[in-house]
Amino acid sequence: MPQPILQLEGIEKSFPGVKALDGVNLAVTPGRVMALVGENGAGKSTLMKVLTGIYTRDAGRLVYQGEEITFPGPRHSQEAGIGIIHQELNLLPELTIAENIFLGREKTSRFGRILWSEMYAEADRLLAKLGIGHNSKTRLGNLGIGEQQMVEIAKALSFESKVIIMDEPTDALTDTETEALFAVIEELKASGHGIVYISHRLKEIFEICDEVTVLRDGKFIGERPVSELDEDTLIEMMVGRRLDEQYPRVDVEPTTTSLKVENLHARGVHGATFSVHQGEILGVAGLMGSGRTELMRAIFGADPMEKGEIRLFGALLDLKSPKDAIDAGIAYISEDRKADGLVLGLCVKKNMTLAALSAFSTPSGRLQHTTERQAVDDFIGHFNIKTPSRSQTIGNLSGGNQQKVSIAKGLMTRPRVLILDEPTRGVDVGAKKEIYQLINTFKQEGMSIILVSSEMPEVLGMSDRIIVMHEGRVTGEFAAEDANQEKLMACAVGKTETEAL
Amino acid sequence: MTPSDKVIQSVRRPSLKDRLIEQKSLIALLVMIVIVSLLNPHFFTLANILNILRQTAVNAIIAVGMTLVILTAGIDLSVGSILAFAGAVGAGLIAREIPLAVSVPAALAVGTAMGAASGIIIAKGRVQAFIATLVAMTLIRGLTLVYTDGRPISTGFTDTADAFAFIGTGYLLGIPFPVWLMVITFGAAWYLLNHTRLGRYIYALGGNEEATRLSGINVDRIKITVYAICGFLSALAGLIITSRLSSAQPTAGAGYELDAIAAVVLGGTSLMGGKGSIMGTLVGALIIGFLNNALNLLDVSSYYQMIAKAVVILLAVLVDTRSKT
Repeated sequence: MPQPILQLEGIEKSFPGVKALDGVNLAVTPGRVMALVGENGAGKSTLMKVLTGIYTRDAGRLVYQGEEITFPGPRHSQEAGIGIIHQELNLLPELTIAENIFLGREKTSRFGRILWSEMYAEADRLLAKLGIGHNSKTRLGNLGIGEQQMVEIAKALSFESKVIIMDEPTDALTDTETEALFAVIEELKASGHGIVYISHRLKEIFEICDEVTVLRDGKFIGERPVSELDEDTLIEMMVGRRLDEQYPRVDVEPTTTSLKVENLHARGVHGATFSVHQGEILGVAGLMGSGRTELMRAIFGADPMEKGEIRLFGALLDLKSPKDAIDAGIAYISEDRKADGLVLGLCVKKNMTLAALSAFSTPSGRLQHTTERQAVDDFIGHFNIKTPSRSQTIGNLSGGNQQKVSIAKGLMTRPRVLILDEPTRGVDVGAKKEIYQLINTFKQEGMSIILVSSEMPEVLGMSDRIIVMHEGRVTGEFAAEDANQEKLMACAVGKTETEAL
Repeated sequence: MTPSDKVIQSVRRPSLKDRLIEQKSLIALLVMIVIVSLLNPHFFTLANILNILRQTAVNAIIAVGMTLVILTAGIDLSVGSILAFAGAVGAGLIAREIPLAVSVPAALAVGTAMGAASGIIIAKGRVQAFIATLVAMTLIRGLTLVYTDGRPISTGFTDTADAFAFIGTGYLLGIPFPVWLMVITFGAAWYLLNHTRLGRYIYALGGNEEATRLSGINVDRIKITVYAICGFLSALAGLIITSRLSSAQPTAGAGYELDAIAAVVLGGTSLMGGKGSIMGTLVGALIIGFLNNALNLLDVSSYYQMIAKAVVILLAVLVDTRSKT
C-alpha cells in the first residue's frame, strides 16, 4: 500500500468549555478514498478546519508530503494542494464557469490585462477532464447543482490539488448526478488524488470509499477498511451503542379516513388523488422534482391550489394560507429547515411556539410566559432535545435537534394530520431513530402522518401504505407489505402500477 | 445534578451574556458622560441633563418606530417627511382653534395612515422597503410644501395654541413633557416586543419571513402594522417640534431618518432584521443626544461636530462587529 500523502496525528482542539477534538487521527493516501463519519457534532467539520488552517490546533502533528507543517490560513492549504468542496457551494452564479474557477487569480498579462483566451482554454481542459459537457463561457447559474459541484472540483484541480475533501457532496444531488460524481471520484482516484469523503449516507460510503475513519464526541474511534465492515458495525462505531432496529414499527389498526385529496392541481402538481387514515403513516415516495413537496405545500395552503378538493373528516377545506391549514388541523414540517422551517436567529423556545402562540397568549395578545416555558420544557424533555436551555439560539443546535424542534413546533398546533417532508435529512443516525420513534408515538395517538422521503428504505420501513409520485401525479399505491424498492422505483420513473389493496 | 438544576443553571448563562453585550454601549455612554463632566462643569447638572433628554426625545421617539421596522428587516426613510406633514396638519388645525382633543389625534392619524400606506405598498405590492419609503419621503415632503405653500404655519396666539404649546414646552413633576412621552413610548415598545404576540412575530418575520409565513402568521399584516406604528411615532415627534416652535416648518425633520437609523444601529440592532432590543435603541439615542450637547459645551465648531459624530458612530459600530465575531 502506498504511503499516506497527508497524516493528522493526535489532533487536539478546545473551545471555551468544550474539547472539540481529542487525539484525532486521519490519514489520506493517494488513489484512495477515506470516509470521515460521525454524528453531527462529532468534530468532523472542526477537524477539516484545523486541517485547512481556519483553526489552529492545540496539539498534534500534521504531516503533508513527508513534512510536518502548519497552514496559517485556508489560502495556504489551498495553494499547497489541499482542496475542499463545501456543502454550500462558494460560487458566483452570474459569472462564467471559467471566471469562477480562476476567481481572484485570473491569468493576466504584465499590464494587468486578463488573458481571456488562455483562461477559457485552461478551464475547458479541466471541464473535459471531468467529463462536463459545458463550454467554460457558460454562465454558472445555468448549471444544475450537480454540475456546479463539478465546477468546484474543477477549481480544486486547477490548484493542482493532491488532496480533495468533499463535505456531504451528495446532499443536494439527484441520483443521476450522484452517479456522475462517483464516476469523477473514480477518475480522481485513478489519477492518484487522495480523497476525504464526509457523508451521513452509509450506502455511499460502502459504494465509493476504501477506508473509513470514525469520530465520536471529538474522539478518534477507529480507522477500518470498508471491506471489513457492515452497516450495523459502522453505526455502532458512530453512536457507541447498538441500534437494534433501524426502523421501529408499531402496528395500529387504521380507522376513519381523515384527509382526502381529490384531483388536486397546483404548480408542479397535475391531478393528485389520495387519502390518509387516522393512526396511519402514509409514505410518499418519488424522485426530486416529482411534485411531492409542491403537493404538500398546496395541502398546507403555502402555495395556491388551482383545482381540486381537500376534505378533512368529510368537511371541504378552503385553504388560502398556512394559517387556514393550521386552524383546520394540518401541520407541515418543511424539508428545508434553514430556508423556511426555522428562524435560526431565535431561541429554541421562540421557534417552538411560533406557530401556536395564540395558545400561549391572551385574546388581546399578551404572552403568558409561564405556560409557554412549561410547554417548551415538556417538549424538550419528551423529545429528548439536546440543548443547554430553551433560550439557546437554535442555529447552534445540531441538525437532529433542530429537526426535533421543527416537529415539536408542528405538534404545538395540535394537528390531526402531520405532514413530514424529509424529516431525517441531514440528521445523524442516532437522532434518526429517535425521530422514527416519535413518529410512531403520534401514530399510536391516532394522528394521520404523511411521510415524504427520498430515502426508499425509510419509506418502506416506516409506512403502512405508500404512494409514489411522478411528474405531479400519483403513479402507484402499495400496502407496505406488498412494496419493495424495485416497485417504488418503477412508479417513480413513470410506470403506472397499482396493486390491489 | 438533576435535570431541573441543569435547566435552571443553563438558562441564566445566555441572558448574562446578552446583558453584557447590552451594557457595552451603555458603558460607552457612561464613560462619555464622565469624561465630559470632567472637562466641563456645566455638563453634569440637572438642568443640562433634562435639556439633553428633552432634545433627545424627538429622535428617540422616531428611533423606536425605526427599531420596529428594522427588526422586520425593513427600513423607513419617510419618517422626517411624515414628521413635517403631520406637524403642518397639526399646526393648521390648531391655528383654526380646533380643540386639542380633535387636532392632536387627527395629526397622529394622518401620520399613521401614511406609514400604513407605505406598509401596504411594501407588503402587498412587494416593493423593497428602501424604494417604497424613498418614494414616500419625496412624495410626502412634496405634499407638505404644497400644503404649507412653502411657508411656516404658525399655531397662532389663541388659548388652543397655548394649550398645544404644553406638548413641546411643558413640564410635569419637574420633567419636560417630551421626556415623559419618550419614556412612555419606550415602555410601550418594550412591552410590545417582549410580552405580546405581535412582538414575537416581529422578530420572527425579520429572522426568516418564509418560515414565519409557514407558521401560519399573516406577515403582510405585521409589516403594515410596524410601518403604521412608525408613522404614528413620526407624527408624534412632529407635534412635539411644532408645539415647541409654535409653528410648523415645511422643511422640518429633513435628515432625521439618518439620526434615527444611527440610534438603532448604535443600539446593536441588526439591519438584516430579527435581532436587537428597544433598550439598545434608547442607549443609542442617548449617545447621539449627549454627544451633540457635549460637542456644543466643549465649543467644537458645528462643522467639526458632524465629523466627530460620524467618527463616534463608526467606532461604536466597529467595536460592536468585532465583539460579535
